[in-house]
Amino acid sequence: MSSITTSANISAKVVDQAALPLLLSIRNVAKSFGKNVVLRDISLDVAEGEFLTILGESGSGKTTLLRIIAGFETATAGEVWMGEERLDHQPPYRRRVNTVFQSYALFPHLTVEQNVAYGLRVAKRPEAEIASRVSESLSKVKMSAHAKSKPSKISGGQQQRIALARALVNRPRLLLLDEPLSALDANLRRQMQVELKSLQREVGISFIFVTHDQEEAMVMSDRIALLRSGELEQVATPREIYGRPATAYAAQFIGHTNLLKGEVRAGVVRCGLLTWSATLPDGPALFSLRPENLRLIAESATNAGGVRVRGKVRHQAFHGATELIRVECGDGLVLVVRTPGSGGALDDVVLEFSPADAVLVRKSPERI
Amino acid sequence: MFSRAYKAAVTLPPLVWVTAFLLVPYLLMFCYSFWSVSASQTIVHSWNLDNYVQLLRIDVYWQTLLRSMWIAARVTIFSLLLGYPLAYFLSFYAGRKKDLLYQLVIIPLWVSYLVRAYAWKTILGSDGVLNTLLQYVHLTKHPLEFLLYSPFAVVLTLTHIYTPFAFLPIYAALEHIPRNLVEASHDLGATPGQTFWKVILPLSIPGVVAGATFAFVLSLGDFLAPLLLGGPSGIMISNIVVSLFGAAYNWPLGAAISLCMLLLVVGLLFFSERLEKKWSFS
Repeated sequence: MSSITTSANISAKVVDQAALPLLLSIRNVAKSFGKNVVLRDISLDVAEGEFLTILGESGSGKTTLLRIIAGFETATAGEVWMGEERLDHQPPYRRRVNTVFQSYALFPHLTVEQNVAYGLRVAKRPEAEIASRVSESLSKVKMSAHAKSKPSKISGGQQQRIALARALVNRPRLLLLDEPLSALDANLRRQMQVELKSLQREVGISFIFVTHDQEEAMVMSDRIALLRSGELEQVATPREIYGRPATAYAAQFIGHTNLLKGEVRAGVVRCGLLTWSATLPDGPALFSLRPENLRLIAESATNAGGVRVRGKVRHQAFHGATELIRVECGDGLVLVVRTPGSGGALDDVVLEFSPADAVLVRKSPERI
Repeated sequence: MFSRAYKAAVTLPPLVWVTAFLLVPYLLMFCYSFWSVSASQTIVHSWNLDNYVQLLRIDVYWQTLLRSMWIAARVTIFSLLLGYPLAYFLSFYAGRKKDLLYQLVIIPLWVSYLVRAYAWKTILGSDGVLNTLLQYVHLTKHPLEFLLYSPFAVVLTLTHIYTPFAFLPIYAALEHIPRNLVEASHDLGATPGQTFWKVILPLSIPGVVAGATFAFVLSLGDFLAPLLLGGPSGIMISNIVVSLFGAAYNWPLGAAISLCMLLLVVGLLFFSERLEKKWSFS
C-alpha cells in the first residue's frame, strides 16, 4: 500500500519535458578530428531545469559533445543555440555555461575560497558580493570549514564539491559535468549521486551530465541521451529507455536483457521455440525481453495468455534481493530470468512471459 | 634491497670526484683568501683579513663587482623578456611546429661560445656589419663607437648567449601546466588575458625563477664576453680575478674575491630555491 503511494508521488514529480521552456538546442552537430569521425548529426534539446545525462561507452563521443557545448572544441558542422543566442559562435568565456571537469581542474595556487571566487573576480563583481556568494556557495556544498585550504590538502570528494561550488557560484544557465564522480570510490559515489541530484533540484539549473555508468544515469537523470559511436541511439526518460528500448544496443547497455531474434509471419512471431501473436508487419524482427519479465511457474499453473517454455537451469547467481538464473531451453535458446530469491538449487523449470513484455527493438547497425 | 658493497661501489666514485675537484679546491681557496703575498712574490701562510679589508678599501674591486651585478641583472631581465614570450608561444600556440622551433632555440647552445662572441664583434665593430649598414643607408655619418667595447656590447652578447638558459626552464614550467586549468579559467569567464595573469603566469613562476637564476649566475661569472667585447668600461669582476691569478700574481686577493662571489651565488641559489618551492604546487 505504502509502496504504491510512493511510486505515485515519484511519477507525479517526473517533469513533463515537452512543457518546459527550451534552454539549449543542439542542431545537427558533427565533429571529426582529421579522418576520425567522432560525432555525426547530433540533434538534442535540453529544457530549463532538466537533468540530462549523456550516456555512452568510452570513445562514444560524449565528452567531445560536452566540450563543443562548453566551447573547447569547434563543431565541424551544425549549430548550438541557447535561447535566441547562437552559442557556438561565442568563445568559452562568454558562454553562460560552466563545467565541472573530470579531474576537477582546481587552480593549485589558489585556496578553496579563491578558487570559488575566481569566476566572480574575473567578472569584476564587488568584493562584498563576492564574499557573500562564495560563502553561501561553500556552505551549500558543506565545505565552509575548508575555505582557506589549498586544493592539494583536501580529499578527492572534497575537491569534487569545490569544483561544483566554483561552477555554481556563477549562476550559469547550464552546468556541464564531465564524469565528475568517476574518480570517487563506490560508497562516496552513491552518496554524491544523491547529493548532486538534490542540489540540482534546489538550484534549478539545467545539468548535462556525462557518464559511462548506466546505473548512475538511471538514478540521476530526467532524461538519458544514449550515445554510441558518435550517434544518438535513443533519447528518453530512464523508465522509457528501460521499459521500451528503441534498439538492441539500448536494451543491452541499459540493464540486462534477453535479445530474441525471430520472424513475423501473418501476425505470428516465431523466435525458435517461442511463438506468440502480434500485430506486426511480416519480416525478421528482434525483441528485448527483460529478465524480470520472465517468471518461473509451476507446471500445473493455468495459462492466461502467456508464452511458456521449458528449460534446464545452467547457472544461478545470487544477488541478495534477486537471483539471476540462466536457463537453457534447447535449440540454442538461452534465457536469463530474474526472480526473487528462488530458495535453492533448481533444475527443470517452466518459464512464462506475457507477449506485451517482449519489446520490438531495431537492430543496431554495425559501427566502428 | 641492494648490498652494501653495491651501494659503496655506486656512491664512491662521485664522492671521490666531488671531494677532489670541488671540496679540496674550495678549501684551498678559502685558506688562500686569508694568506698574503710577500714583496718577493711568495705566498706567506700567515692568517689575516688583509685581503678582505683591501676589497672594501679599494674602489675598483667593489665597483667592478657592483657593475658586474648590474650587467648580470640587465642580462637577466632581457633574457626573461625574450625567453618568456618565446616559451609561451611555443608551449601554447606553436602546434605542430613546436618541436622544430624548440630545436631552433636549442641549436645556438651547440655553437661554441667563442664563435658567438666573435660573431658579435664582427657585427658591432667600427667596420662591422651594423655600422657599415647604418652608414650605407645614411642613418649615421660616423661609426657608432658605443656599439663595441662597452657594457652595451657585453649585455647584448650575454643576453644572446643566456636567453636559451632562461627559455628552457620557463618552457618546461609552461609545458607542465595542465591544459584543463586553462580551460577551467576560460570556462569561468576569464578572457585569455586574465587567464594569463591569473593562472598561467603564477604557475610558471618556478620556471621564471630558475631561468632568471641561470641567466644571472652564469653572466655574473662571465669573463670572455667582457674580455672580447667589453673594453675598459665593460670589465667584469671575473676579469679582475683572472688577472689577479695571472699577471698580477696575487692569488690571496683573487681567492678572497672568488670566495665573496661564491657566497653571493650560493645565497642566490638558496633564495631562488626557496622561491621556487613556494610557488610550486605539484
